[in-house]
Amino acid sequence: MIRRWCLFLLLALAPIAMAAVDTYEFETDAQRERFYQLSNELRCPKCQNQNIADSNAPIAMDLRREVHRMLTEGKDNDQIIDFMVSRYGDFVRYKPALTPATVVLWFAPAALLLGGVIVLIVLLRRRQRALRESAAQHLSQDEQRRLQSLLEREEDN
Amino acid sequence: MRRPWMLIPLVLFLLLLALFLKTLNDKKNQQDLAIDPSTLPSALIDKPFPEFSLAAVEEGGPTLTRADLLGRPALVNVWATWCVACRVEHPVLNGLSDQGVVIYGVNYKDNTADARQWLKEFHDPYQLNISDTEGRLGLDLGVYGAPETFLIDAEGIIRYKFVGVVDERVWETQLGPRYQALLEGEQP
Repeated sequence: MIRRWCLFLLLALAPIAMAAVDTYEFETDAQRERFYQLSNELRCPKCQNQNIADSNAPIAMDLRREVHRMLTEGKDNDQIIDFMVSRYGDFVRYKPALTPATVVLWFAPAALLLGGVIVLIVLLRRRQRALRESAAQHLSQDEQRRLQSLLEREEDN
Repeated sequence: MRRPWMLIPLVLFLLLLALFLKTLNDKKNQQDLAIDPSTLPSALIDKPFPEFSLAAVEEGGPTLTRADLLGRPALVNVWATWCVACRVEHPVLNGLSDQGVVIYGVNYKDNTADARQWLKEFHDPYQLNISDTEGRLGLDLGVYGAPETFLIDAEGIIRYKFVGVVDERVWETQLGPRYQALLEGEQP
């Protein structure tokens, strides 16, 4: 019985958990599209792990209202993002700009991956060579010749 | 050691560990608090306090502008009656005001009648109180939750920002020394 009531409560409360919905009017569909794009890219300063489109915090509502206002005033996306960054810092951008401070953020993963691949290649090459050499010592001349031709065929492919 | 380069990952790991521990300790010493990830660095440090033209909270008070905040170093405290933490902070502000610290208030997204009632009830530590019912000034200040306290110098440049309840410890370790330095005409 209790379980059924819990389920009922969960279902009854489910709509509350849905994303915030405002009623904003736009002159064009393109503007509406940009509004959704911007409010998805801007991070809510209060709730940290939500963008301002998803958040119901009062500050997120204010920021959505500001985005709407600037869109209807004909500001472009860069101007709107600059407006937010000058007040709340780079924190509000889910896509941080490429600046000297964020170079590491942008390129460190790629650099680490590249470094890993290089190390892997070097290790594999070295092991292959070691295997080849140790194998070579235990084979007769005839076997070695066959092995060599097999290996070359492999490399040609 | 046959392959010294095998130690490189270990050395890198230890260096990182040292860096993290050092940062952790620095933060602890500096703020006398554990690191609080909900505190954002303000984008407005060393920027001028934004322009505004808003009514005062007091009944029949004058329209206030940025020029009214100039002339002396001061705290600008963003508060509201709906903000529970502001009530905790309020007695501390009263105490500071009694010591002669200049405090201006920004009544953020609040009902002005409630704000007047609050000031009557709990004593008014503010030299001036700006009524920001729409939250426009708050937005220009990058406010994301009250209470927030800014430190401005005599020219109206924002020197420091503290998010959260100003208590005696915060005053002694963070705001107080910087305020004193501004009073003595030094750079903090």
